[in-house]
Amino acid sequence: MSGKTCLVCLGTGCVSAGADQIYEDLRQEVSRLGLSDVTVDFTGCHGCCQCGPIVVVEPEGIFYSQVTTEDVHEIVEFHLRDGKPVKRLFYHDPVTNEAIAHYRDIMFYSKQQRAVLLNCGHINPENIDDYLEAGGYQALRRVLLELHPEQVIDEVKRSELRGLGGAGFPTGKKWEACLKVLGEKKYVICNADEGDPGAFQDRSVLEGDPHSVLEGMIIAGYAVGAKEGYIYVRAEYPLAVKRLQIAIAQARESGFLSKNILSSGFDFDIDIFQGAGAFVCGESTALVLSLEGKRGMPNPLPRPRTTEVGLKDKPTLLNNVKTFANIRWIINKGADWFASIGTEKSKGSAVFSLTGKIENCGLIEVPMGITLREIIFDIGGGIPEGKVFKAVQTGGPSGGCLPASLLNVPVDFDSLTTAGSMMGSGGMVVMDDSTCMVDVARYFLEFTEKESCGQCSLCRLGSSQMLGILRAISEGKGKIEDIDILIELGEAIKIGSLCGLGQSAPNPVITTIRYFRDEYEAHIYEKKCPALVCKDLISYHILPDKCNACMICLRNCPVEAIKGGKKEVHVIDQDKCNRCGVCISVCPKRFSAVECIPGRLIEGGLK
Amino acid sequence: MVKNYKKQGGNNMKYALSEILSYHNRTQSELIPILQEVQAKFGYLPGEAMTNVAEFCRVPESKVFGVASFYAQFRFVPLGRKQVKVCRGTACHVRGAPQILAEVERQLGIKEGETTLDMEYTLESVACIGACGLAPCLMINEDVHGRLTPKKIKKLFAVRKRVTQDVR
Repeated sequence: MSGKTCLVCLGTGCVSAGADQIYEDLRQEVSRLGLSDVTVDFTGCHGCCQCGPIVVVEPEGIFYSQVTTEDVHEIVEFHLRDGKPVKRLFYHDPVTNEAIAHYRDIMFYSKQQRAVLLNCGHINPENIDDYLEAGGYQALRRVLLELHPEQVIDEVKRSELRGLGGAGFPTGKKWEACLKVLGEKKYVICNADEGDPGAFQDRSVLEGDPHSVLEGMIIAGYAVGAKEGYIYVRAEYPLAVKRLQIAIAQARESGFLSKNILSSGFDFDIDIFQGAGAFVCGESTALVLSLEGKRGMPNPLPRPRTTEVGLKDKPTLLNNVKTFANIRWIINKGADWFASIGTEKSKGSAVFSLTGKIENCGLIEVPMGITLREIIFDIGGGIPEGKVFKAVQTGGPSGGCLPASLLNVPVDFDSLTTAGSMMGSGGMVVMDDSTCMVDVARYFLEFTEKESCGQCSLCRLGSSQMLGILRAISEGKGKIEDIDILIELGEAIKIGSLCGLGQSAPNPVITTIRYFRDEYEAHIYEKKCPALVCKDLISYHILPDKCNACMICLRNCPVEAIKGGKKEVHVIDQDKCNRCGVCISVCPKRFSAVECIPGRLIEGGLK
Repeated sequence: MVKNYKKQGGNNMKYALSEILSYHNRTQSELIPILQEVQAKFGYLPGEAMTNVAEFCRVPESKVFGVASFYAQFRFVPLGRKQVKVCRGTACHVRGAPQILAEVERQLGIKEGETTLDMEYTLESVACIGACGLAPCLMINEDVHGRLTPKKIKKLFAVRKRVTQDVR
């Protein structure tokens, strides 16, 4: 292909920002101008979701960020037709504000090392030819035609790949265990039940490069001797489901799935199961029960591993999306290549959804062992609006919050666990000084309390007890002994729960107490929320010398708590005020007369 | 709620249901996919339909209710025409989702989990819709609205209210 290719990112993030319309408009505009050597195509998630909608023009690699439908005309006419890129739409470095034309030069991309995500954002996920052109299904061909199952497992074992679903169990060991169990029927399941709030890496892989997951699953099926596979994907991910369906149909048509794959005599087929929304179903036995049409409550201990007794009581191999996506690289490039990336005990790369208070939100893949600082400040571009970094949360509701003093901790399974957090499935949420850690702990506990399946008393009752205490603290009703009770209760829940959900539910609370105890104490002793988040511990206040008596806040206040009139400085009635914050958001920037302060005001003084 | 269907003629539901069941096996492992399709068809799980599904899958009715009530996706009451889902994911939470939810509640005059009397809007919060780059965000049916502020919420529902009135 000699001409230009214009790629529009159609990942969920960009589609939400209107990318599908941009794609349509680009096609129309290109055909209207009769640019026959220009191809317009779409891809899965390109990565920098903050910049969405993203349009990339290859082969140069020009990167346009936050494109709108009004910009389409300009891109087509000036760039695609006349060869002059539109500088206005380039990415601007958040620190230097310099315009950068090529995505390779953007720190967000240049610092990453992509394997799982290599194709994401570069190939059309709904077209198997794109995947084949990028070297797809070569690993499968090699495995089926040249290798024995034992050799495949040996390769995976030597690569030291660890499961990327969170716990980090050695993948090769799991495969070997499943192979050794005797049985006619075995299953391979791909766990795409990505329930962590704030994590979207599994979905992005499925949306951007579904064939790489299918290829990994087929190889796994061959290695352990299974003929059927399931992908357990959240029903909340309609786009991922759709692209998987297309990919499976295309793979069947091209002879990579179903009977006698690549004339090797090996049969394997994959079905999609849509999870109905239960966080606990990420746990292996719960997931299996859910697939069987039952309530997803983890099996009691002692229980056999799912590799021995899994789906329909048959040996079942269960791996995460990213684990399967890594397999083809291990086969193609060799176990030694894979083992050369990363740290001594954590090999390969880690995929994260980098979100929260950060300049470059998005999907990243980094070698294990990189420091949190590099991820947040180099790739992520730091904290926006000149605010100060406070904490980073990894591992979703099961992980912990790490403070600035731990920014140099390397990102790998063991270091993060030692620090009190965990690798998890790949959510990474950055928080700045306007985030209240008590509120964050309460938020995560609210989530796990709701998602607890209820069979372990300590998880069910303990989490709601902890939540009650946290709520009281954030309402200013905290007692001195509360912090100790939280820690004690948290430790008890960890010991007294069957599955990973309960065992890790107290983590956010325990780590925030460990690293941000002063904030808890400010809530309890001073009745103040230093980050200005907890509504019962803050006050809004109008600065008399700045107020221009413009009546805007007065009219907008939903509880009519603001008194005043024309040419009469406005005052907030603290007893009526419900701290909704409308006044501060409507007060014109040039006055900025409303301020929010920690603690409750009463008659001009603090309560 | 079952009443609604009786008004429209229970046969309608029976017909739609038998259509869904026709391409499923009579085992419990098909239960969740069947319930998902029933809900996609009716917007919720009518009690009568669940009785039929139980019979079809050869499991006690209590089991069907047990499964349906376990998973967040299933609901037992009909929804408004427009479902507003405010994202409460971590990224949205730290970027101000609670204020967004409060503003939507104010604009629609209902609390989370409720439906407006005219059956126009149902308001709920969801764990994460995965558009974290656009935080805070919400979904109205399938459309995602991102980078929200309380001001934007006001505009969003002001326009929509007018549109629906014009159509009527």
